[in-house]
Amino acid sequence: MKEKKTVLNIRDFSVSFEQYERGFHKTVLPVIRNLDVTVHEGEMVAVVGSSGSGKSLLAHGILGILPYNATMGGEIWYDGELLTPKRQKMLRGNEIVLVPQSIAFLDPLMKIGSQIRKGKKDKASKARLDKIFEGYHLKEEVQGLYPFELSGGMNRRVLVSTALMGNPKLVIADEPTPGLHMDMVRRVMSHFRELADKGAGVLLITHDLEQALEVADRVVVFYAGTTVEDAAASDFQAQETLRHPYSKALWRALPQNGFQFIKGTQPYVKELPDGCPFGPRCEYCTAECQKEIAYREVQGGRVRCVHA
Amino acid sequence: MIRLNGRIKTVVLFGIAIIFLIVVTMVGAFFSEAAMVTDFSRKDLAPGARYLFGTDWLGRDMFIRTLTGLSMSIRIGILAAGVSSVLALLLGTLAATMGKAVDAAITWVIDLVMGIPHILLLILISYAFGKGFKGVVIGVALTHWTSLARVIRGEVLQLKEALYIQTAKKLGVSNAQIAWKHMFPHLYPQFLVGLILMFPHAILHEASITFLGFGLPPEQPAIGVILSESMKYLAMGRWWLALFPGLFLVLTVILFDVAGESLRKLLDPGSVHK
Amino acid sequence: MIRMLLLLFFVSVAAFTLVSVSPIDPLQANVGQAALGAMSQEQIAKLSEYWGVGIPPVERFFAWAGDFFRGDMGMSLLYRQPVTKVIGVKLVNSLWLMAIAWMLSGIVGFILGILSGIREGSLLDRIIKGYSLVIASTPAFWLALVLLMVFAVWLKVLPIGLSVPIGVEASGVTIADRIQHAILPAITLSITGVANITLHTREKMIEVMESDYVLFAKARGESTYRIVKNHALRNVLLPALTLQFASISEIFGGSVLVEQVFSYPGLGQAAVTAGLGSDVPLLLGITVISAVFVFGGNLIANLLYGVIDPRIRRGGSRA
Repeated sequence: MKEKKTVLNIRDFSVSFEQYERGFHKTVLPVIRNLDVTVHEGEMVAVVGSSGSGKSLLAHGILGILPYNATMGGEIWYDGELLTPKRQKMLRGNEIVLVPQSIAFLDPLMKIGSQIRKGKKDKASKARLDKIFEGYHLKEEVQGLYPFELSGGMNRRVLVSTALMGNPKLVIADEPTPGLHMDMVRRVMSHFRELADKGAGVLLITHDLEQALEVADRVVVFYAGTTVEDAAASDFQAQETLRHPYSKALWRALPQNGFQFIKGTQPYVKELPDGCPFGPRCEYCTAECQKEIAYREVQGGRVRCVHA
Repeated sequence: MIRLNGRIKTVVLFGIAIIFLIVVTMVGAFFSEAAMVTDFSRKDLAPGARYLFGTDWLGRDMFIRTLTGLSMSIRIGILAAGVSSVLALLLGTLAATMGKAVDAAITWVIDLVMGIPHILLLILISYAFGKGFKGVVIGVALTHWTSLARVIRGEVLQLKEALYIQTAKKLGVSNAQIAWKHMFPHLYPQFLVGLILMFPHAILHEASITFLGFGLPPEQPAIGVILSESMKYLAMGRWWLALFPGLFLVLTVILFDVAGESLRKLLDPGSVHK
Repeated sequence: MIRMLLLLFFVSVAAFTLVSVSPIDPLQANVGQAALGAMSQEQIAKLSEYWGVGIPPVERFFAWAGDFFRGDMGMSLLYRQPVTKVIGVKLVNSLWLMAIAWMLSGIVGFILGILSGIREGSLLDRIIKGYSLVIASTPAFWLALVLLMVFAVWLKVLPIGLSVPIGVEASGVTIADRIQHAILPAITLSITGVANITLHTREKMIEVMESDYVLFAKARGESTYRIVKNHALRNVLLPALTLQFASISEIFGGSVLVEQVFSYPGLGQAAVTAGLGSDVPLLLGITVISAVFVFGGNLIANLLYGVIDPRIRRGGSRA
């Protein structure tokens, strides 16, 4: 396979919040630690982790729109260069685009058309929008509607349309299909697949492994704020080709593999164990697992486990 | 400057505000006799080292008069706001628990009270009760309960639907026990903050209504009286008669506000991130 | 509408009850006063009948309400004129003041609130918020006194009081005179009014800036200026307008105090005079009229939502 250009390379990314505990103690909550992801041109990478594990912060970190009380660490490389706040400002909405979860991310009092065009009134943006809508079989009248007037089917296409106003090289889709019917999910996913096939890198952030496996090229498994494994989607065909015990557990929980769930829940950020966050729930856990664990290459993928 | 941890800062602020207010109230009450003393040998003095806020046309010490006036305003404010908040608690809870008819009636009364401009209603009520101390206290008490009553009504309605209360009901816990054990702990922070935030309004309105002549009688050294009297002497350039008492009134009101807001911050679990 | 009329009816019932239970007897209180002395026997007889001892309050109320409904609010004891006429004159004076203050405070407050809420905790925000909190804690009458001291007594640039110069015939009063005398009261009222709308707009603005749609707008590379222009203004304007219409009651209250300080012959001053002089018909008339304004403001506020918010205008019942 020809080596494709790397669009996004995130190394050792972390996000933490300051918080008051009972009384006057200020503590730091490390919501994300040790997150590593790469996305190549024309590739669709899914970051899979359970709900509430702080995955959205990854998207916000890349775009530079984290809340003010969050602190970010690590490095984000975009298009071969370090992604500085200045570059983020320049690129977001144009080369780097976000497709949000729902129409709650649209201004309720602004018409769809001018909203997608960011309030511009020029002819060029109008022509561009008309073309995008045509491609998604959206009638021109939709431009004159308010977000609350959209039907469920239109919602997604409108949200994806927002991404196409620029020249996206990196598309970040943050849980783009919450609570949707499987047919609908496939349709939405096909829009993203299309974008990837046209050459953009797509970063899909989701809690649904099944969905991710259907469209993504690679799957990055995210557990308790850490990426534990980076595997090709095809590696998920059998348990043996997977590297991390948590990925294997996810595999066993898939419907076609018997719906077996492991005991326990993800640790809360304040009660993280030393070393491997999965340690307490892992049957292979040894003393070694309580030390710092390196993210290393294993059989064409990467894994953060000493036993793999 | 030392960067204090936000919560400690809030507590310190709360403490300073409360201590200042207590001191003013006590000192003012203690000097209430001295505030009336007239001495023509020292009349119309501009502020100086001896008389911080100057003296008036009867030679009364304005600093002491200001403190006494504030003390009286604070005590009246606390009394009126206390009565008003109990009224709010009662009516708010009744509206939420006694069925549709009672709810509608109380909502009507709230709309009614809010429909007449505050000051005008105060004038009317004060007039109805023959002006003076009684008129002010009843007036302020009857006009300030509406918004807190709304808050409490909403809160109780929400609590009633809460799962754990529904469960407790099914388990056969008595209504009184539910109210005391499960509802009260949720209501009381809201109530406390509402009460403290009512003080500044009560004090402001007491001063206003007294200023207009419907409140405390002119022989009392109330802030409203002091400011009302000062009007006559403004044109003669006796600026200190109006400036300092007013400034201190503003300061008192702000401190009550600070105290209430800090308490709200401390009691609000949502503020952990700030 | 019906609800409003009903409320108005109850306002008059409440006001009437309050003045009726008062230990201050209007006739008694005014017997020694020139006002009553100057009245004819018939007028006094009519008044005695109007507030007649022995007639039950309910009956008295319906007699008064019946007259009121026919446009007769009774005679003002102090002004020796029909209440309608007194209120008419005073209301025009006050409306001038209140309209200017209402518009000024609304516009300035809205702008300050937007600026302040763009970045919560910024220096600008802290200055504006601090200013608003101080003003909100400042009694309107004291602010009036301070402004009077500075501009009229100290700098001597503006007149001390009254809406027209003393000793000038009503016909000789120029617009310039009127404006000059209304400047200080209007400014005082505006400054006091700004605090509320600023704080409210600021809260809404912070809410909007933290909303998902502003986050997405940022993610799409919209600048702060464009976010304010495209999203914040339209989302904050509606609640601000609503509040401004609903705050007529406060402007009314403020005008009572401010007019008193500047001896500005408006409705507020008339209310105080009526209350102090036990001019019950006038007091009742002013109460009902001011309630009309307050309810009218609330009504407009409610209607505005229907007209401006597309979710109600185009979505029927969806809120």
